[in-house]
Amino acid sequence: MMSLLEVKNLQVRVDDREILHGLSLAVNVGEVHAIMGPNGSGKSTLSHVIAGKPGYEVTGGEVLFNGEDLLAMSPDERAAKGVFLAFQYPVEIPGVATMTFLRTALNAQRKARGESEYSTPDFLKKVREVAKSLNIPQDMLRRGVNVGFSGGEKKRNEILQMALFEPALCILDEMDSGLDIDALRIAADGVNALRSPDRAMVVITHYQRLLNYIVPDVVHVMSRGRVVKTGGKDLALELEASGYAQFEDAA
Amino acid sequence: MNIALAKTDTGRAVSDVFAVARDRLPGTGKVAEVRRQAFAAFERLGLPHRRIEEWKYTDLRALMGEVKPLAPKPDAAALERARVELKAHSVAGGTKLVLVDGVFVPELSDAAGAGVNVRTLREVLENSGNEARADLLVTNTNDAMISLNAAMATDGVVVGIADGAALSAPIQIVHIATAASASAFTRSHVRIGKGARATLVESFVAAVGAGGYQVHDAVVLWIGDAAEFSHVRLMADAPDATNITSEIVTVGAKAKINLFNMTSGGAVSRLQGFFNLAGEGSELSVNGVNLLKDKQHGDTTLVIDHAVPHCLSREIFRAVVDDRAHSVFQGRIIVRPHAQKTDGKMMTRALLLSDEAEADNKPELEIFADDVTCGHGATAGALDDSLLFYLRARGLPEKEAQALLIQAFVGEAIEGIGDDNLRELAMAQAERWLEARG
Repeated sequence: MMSLLEVKNLQVRVDDREILHGLSLAVNVGEVHAIMGPNGSGKSTLSHVIAGKPGYEVTGGEVLFNGEDLLAMSPDERAAKGVFLAFQYPVEIPGVATMTFLRTALNAQRKARGESEYSTPDFLKKVREVAKSLNIPQDMLRRGVNVGFSGGEKKRNEILQMALFEPALCILDEMDSGLDIDALRIAADGVNALRSPDRAMVVITHYQRLLNYIVPDVVHVMSRGRVVKTGGKDLALELEASGYAQFEDAA
Repeated sequence: MNIALAKTDTGRAVSDVFAVARDRLPGTGKVAEVRRQAFAAFERLGLPHRRIEEWKYTDLRALMGEVKPLAPKPDAAALERARVELKAHSVAGGTKLVLVDGVFVPELSDAAGAGVNVRTLREVLENSGNEARADLLVTNTNDAMISLNAAMATDGVVVGIADGAALSAPIQIVHIATAASASAFTRSHVRIGKGARATLVESFVAAVGAGGYQVHDAVVLWIGDAAEFSHVRLMADAPDATNITSEIVTVGAKAKINLFNMTSGGAVSRLQGFFNLAGEGSELSVNGVNLLKDKQHGDTTLVIDHAVPHCLSREIFRAVVDDRAHSVFQGRIIVRPHAQKTDGKMMTRALLLSDEAEADNKPELEIFADDVTCGHGATAGALDDSLLFYLRARGLPEKEAQALLIQAFVGEAIEGIGDDNLRELAMAQAERWLEARG
């Protein structure tokens, strides 16, 4: 079976410094993978390269999504194909109303896929349903995108978009950063509700804590720009007990 | 003694234009004398150029070169083209006053409602009983283009809004160009009575086939005590047109004034506003947006003169500059020695969408009183890459992502328009500009 996401021997540079030195991993549809690793191991770089953030130079290897060359696509093409990156630090966009943003983005993706655009009433109905299921109050939707949102609200807004856009692949970049335990639980519940046999998720995290709430099928350990160990969910617990030091040498 | 004045080629051309036009200009006797004096004042200065401080970024000798001959009076075919264009730009429910190629057209205009008196500049100047109204051509300024306008003005509207009148619908002056390579000189006067409430919309548009024309407009506003007045000006002239507009505003006491301009048309344009806060306790808000691309040159120059104490002024200006376009904002706040407790603030921001785009921001504060709050700020920069990436990661193609951020950027100035319909009209003009960027 072809994997949904295949990263093969990926090498990436930023400003003349190589960050990923031949990273490989494969994610099948329906699976939840966790990528763990110490700070500076290249976890966020991997998520940025998959989403298409400018500023990274791919010097070798490839990234396939449903067998297609993802690196040849613009960020918006990737989004329309079903790649979704939940940002570690979602940006604030003053002057752009959340509803306008959601509708423009959803319809841009649908248009790119050759699907019909949502009418205003249909769109409003859909957003209200999703917002309600995530306990997102209506007044949050009326504000500028993420403007004045707390850390927890920003993450919930990311999950709202995930639920609305229904991507095939969700990459959650350090979703737990800046969240207290209650906010973390709400966000994790939102993510778990989106687990589906038709969707894969990649959860990037420094701490095992998040994986108590979002239980992965596969755990990868990254160190110094490579995947150094892959295992089941128990691998995360093992890391919690013994730390990352044991892998520093392996890399 | 015989003194020969050396004239530049441009100077000679303008005097020819004036000589040819003279017989067509309304008014005799004192009016004609005032025109002669105004033209002499213009000739002493000539077309403004970069060595004149107020015009240093907008050198009309280089950018405009010449004053085109007066446009012919529009014929039936031209009026038909104007009628078609008017449909797309009229404000619902508004009282339209339509000037085509500088000539008032009653067939396209609406009758004024209660509390409003409208006459044309031509009829006021031609009525011999109105000799005294030669003052309509006089302004207390030393600006060459205002003098040229006084000399050449062929028509315009003279509007009086009665004391205490509360107009439910806006008055809309629509300037429609149908001519090619000709100029229109218009001058309008609006007097807003004490305690009156009114909205004035001005639209500048081109009919199909118009191009390379020049608009020379002057608007003189008197705003009475305790009046509430809004003014929305939307300039969408042809991309190869020139528009030089002067706005001269005198404000009484305890008035509330809200002005907005959007410039998205014209190869060369300048809106120069002179605001005299002459009565205590008034509040003036002046917002503006320049949307420029290709090789457009757009200049907004505002002078706010706090002549009396206890007035407040606010300016928010936004420029979006693409390709090799050039945006100019000059904002001067003058606080006279007795104008204590003045509160004046001005913020101008430019968004540069290309490496060759240029924006000049020149804020100036001239403060002669010692108990005032005044401030200004100016920024220029590109779109924020992190915001662009966020939008693109959510599926917005590059141009759409830019468009959303540009709308948000100009939105801060557009939000100042109180009326929902007019705010949407301004946003629609911005959207047309964004669509034309492709």
